[in-house]
Amino acid sequence: MPPLLQLNRIAKSFGPVKALRDVSFELRAGEIHALAGENGAGKSTTMKIVDGILQPDAGEIRVDGQRRRIRSPLEAQALGIGFVHQEIALCPDVSVAENIFMSATATQRGLMNFAALERKAKAVLAELCDVDPAATVGSLSISNQQLVEIAKALTLDARILILDEPTSALTETETEKLFRIVHRLRERGLGIIHISHRMAEIFEHCDRVTVFRDGEYVTCLDIPETTPQEVVNNMVGREISHLYPAKATQAPGKPLLEVEGVSCDVLSDVSLTLREGEILGLGGLIGAGRSELAKAICGLRRSSKTVRLMGEPVDIPDFSAALERGMVYVSEDRKGEGLFLDMPISQNVSSLRLSQVTKGGLVDRAAETAQAETLGRRLRLKAGKPEDPPSTLSGGNQQKVALARMLSVNPKVVFLDEPTRGVDVGAKSEIHAILRELCEQGVGVVVISSELPELIGLSDRIVVLHEGEITGELGPDEMTEEAIIHLASGLHIQGDAA
Amino acid sequence: MSETSLPGGMTETRAPGALRKLAGMREMGLLCIILALCVVMSFASPYFLTWSNFRTIFLSFSIEGIVVIGMTVLLIVGGLDLSVGSVVCLAMVVAGKLFLLGVDPWLASAAGVGAAAAVGAAMGLFVVRVGLSHFIASLAAMVIVRGLCLLITKGTPLSLFSLPPEFKFVGQGSLGGLPVVVLIFVVLAVVFDFLLRRSAKFRTIFYTGSNEKAAEYSGIRTKRVIFWVTVLCSTLTGLAGVIFMARFGSATPQFGVGMELNVIAAAVIGGASLKGGQGSIFGAVLGVALLSLVTSSLILLDVSVYMQDMIKGFILLAAVSFDHLMNKRGKRG
Repeated sequence: MPPLLQLNRIAKSFGPVKALRDVSFELRAGEIHALAGENGAGKSTTMKIVDGILQPDAGEIRVDGQRRRIRSPLEAQALGIGFVHQEIALCPDVSVAENIFMSATATQRGLMNFAALERKAKAVLAELCDVDPAATVGSLSISNQQLVEIAKALTLDARILILDEPTSALTETETEKLFRIVHRLRERGLGIIHISHRMAEIFEHCDRVTVFRDGEYVTCLDIPETTPQEVVNNMVGREISHLYPAKATQAPGKPLLEVEGVSCDVLSDVSLTLREGEILGLGGLIGAGRSELAKAICGLRRSSKTVRLMGEPVDIPDFSAALERGMVYVSEDRKGEGLFLDMPISQNVSSLRLSQVTKGGLVDRAAETAQAETLGRRLRLKAGKPEDPPSTLSGGNQQKVALARMLSVNPKVVFLDEPTRGVDVGAKSEIHAILRELCEQGVGVVVISSELPELIGLSDRIVVLHEGEITGELGPDEMTEEAIIHLASGLHIQGDAA
Repeated sequence: MSETSLPGGMTETRAPGALRKLAGMREMGLLCIILALCVVMSFASPYFLTWSNFRTIFLSFSIEGIVVIGMTVLLIVGGLDLSVGSVVCLAMVVAGKLFLLGVDPWLASAAGVGAAAAVGAAMGLFVVRVGLSHFIASLAAMVIVRGLCLLITKGTPLSLFSLPPEFKFVGQGSLGGLPVVVLIFVVLAVVFDFLLRRSAKFRTIFYTGSNEKAAEYSGIRTKRVIFWVTVLCSTLTGLAGVIFMARFGSATPQFGVGMELNVIAAAVIGGASLKGGQGSIFGAVLGVALLSLVTSSLILLDVSVYMQDMIKGFILLAAVSFDHLMNKRGKRG
């Protein structure tokens, strides 16, 4: 019997960036196949090609042994491919039933029969979860929204189910529930592709694992015959310790930033001290309140707090006050919050403190260009001209523009939210080196990262959050993925209560 | 313009780059179209290439051009103002009514502009505080203000022949052969074009329009920027209103109906984006000039009045489609 799905030597570029160089993959019926690789390894791009969202530049796709071109998600559906996206792709204002049968509705003629729709939805949902088909999707928890996505895929007679990091936003119990369902689907003969960073999950639930690195296929291993260490080594391709700059050699200095009692809608009474010459990592699951904490401290989010900067109490009601004190927040969302994608690089760089390149109320464009060039050179920014917009750059170089913006104000304390998300491996280690250099110059660096190896490799100390509270702090000797996950999932709190 | 650059940093290509940039600018394309149209028209009609024809064309768009300046700035910040037609009328009617009540015409005009600014402030507050879109806030203002104009005038035009000559001079006089309204417009256009290109304050308008969130995360008080630009647009619109009054010597409660479409079209043809972050006064001026040129050409060529609107619509469609396609191609390199 031919494999359910086969990818042979797929390549894909976005402009100058080669996202996939040479990717192959095979999925059998009745297996849970993990797809592992660092961020930017090409997992999501590959799956988007399978789902017809993207078209490959080269290579072939076979479904049931037959060569296919998948030109759209609709064609993917017809071939039995169901995709549960990392960012949930449902309509939040519409009912669960209508979401599940969205594509059927799109081709339906005449009037809608909502009662029948809800009945059918109830039948599909019965084996998955206890969700009211009439409820709007936006009112459901993230985990239930994911289950609705799975239900949607099942109604389309999916034989191939792609789960793109489905557990990244789930609690431990929700994760278990999800996998019980996934195992049941495997017994029905579905082939399931599970994209995940979490070794524990892969080794507990999957049958095989394929590893990608830098857009290339590395290996495919049978789970019973391999170890997490082997998988991680394949993902990284070298010893992890070489990837990251050396840690702080000196003991951390005096407190640079002391924050006490940060409270807002999603944070309760968080206190934090950042010392001179250290990189502080903030760990936790998505939704734990890491970004919110950084934003609250920088005045980008309303909160009650007391802040001391180098021993002096300071009042930070909004971000311009933070900027004046030399505190900068670099957003995780470059497109949405971080950059002016269609404006010149030079104008992006100058935007945090325009007064630096302003004379008599007018922008001195020569000074503005010179500033961008100086900082661009320092960060090894690969860009055409300072007048080009960041939209023409790769993710790594866009992030360098964001860093140039940050450096333009000579900051004292910087908060970097997912500083290497969507950044290729080369630029990533450059960014790490820059952060360490800053830290050695006496700048306080706080890094938020969902990528545990990065958090461990970069930080001198890690503080972990869970549901808006600090659940623990890890020194250099205590940093392990297990320890962070343990604190991030709030397990020790449940343990204490028992 | 090198595609692959040295790792040493950004490469510099000064002279040829600047020339090519100039050639690639939206304004240059428009200028070429306008010149081509002039050449064609000078052959098609003997009346075209006359001083009086050009004077008429300039006169026809100068006052509306002041509104286009305000609209362009507002479009750059990501806003939109559908109320300009009504606000022009309000400034006119308020100033006219006060004058008829015995107020000094200059003072009455200031009050008219003030009333227009107040409408802008109200819209700005609804946008910034309540969170309405500019579209909705200005749509409501358009209807309300028009109603107000009818109420003030009781629906009949105000005859203002008794306006003193020195006031009428603003709308009807000439200085050195150039109509005063054209001079006012040119001065305003030059000033605002310069400010938008160079002033640090005006730069925040581009930041806010390009990406409001990123602007906020750069320490820019975006709500303030949006509010003041909304007020600016209405104020310039009010100024246009009182100049119209000086020009026509009357204030009609139906004046300016449909003006918003012409004004937005001109700004958009000139390169302003409805998504914000893009646009220039120079481009918008060319846009408004092109539309007027087309209108007057069509009149000279004796084309049916009914065709004229259609042709203007097609020009808008062509200009914006062209821009959109160019942008798309530029991004997927």
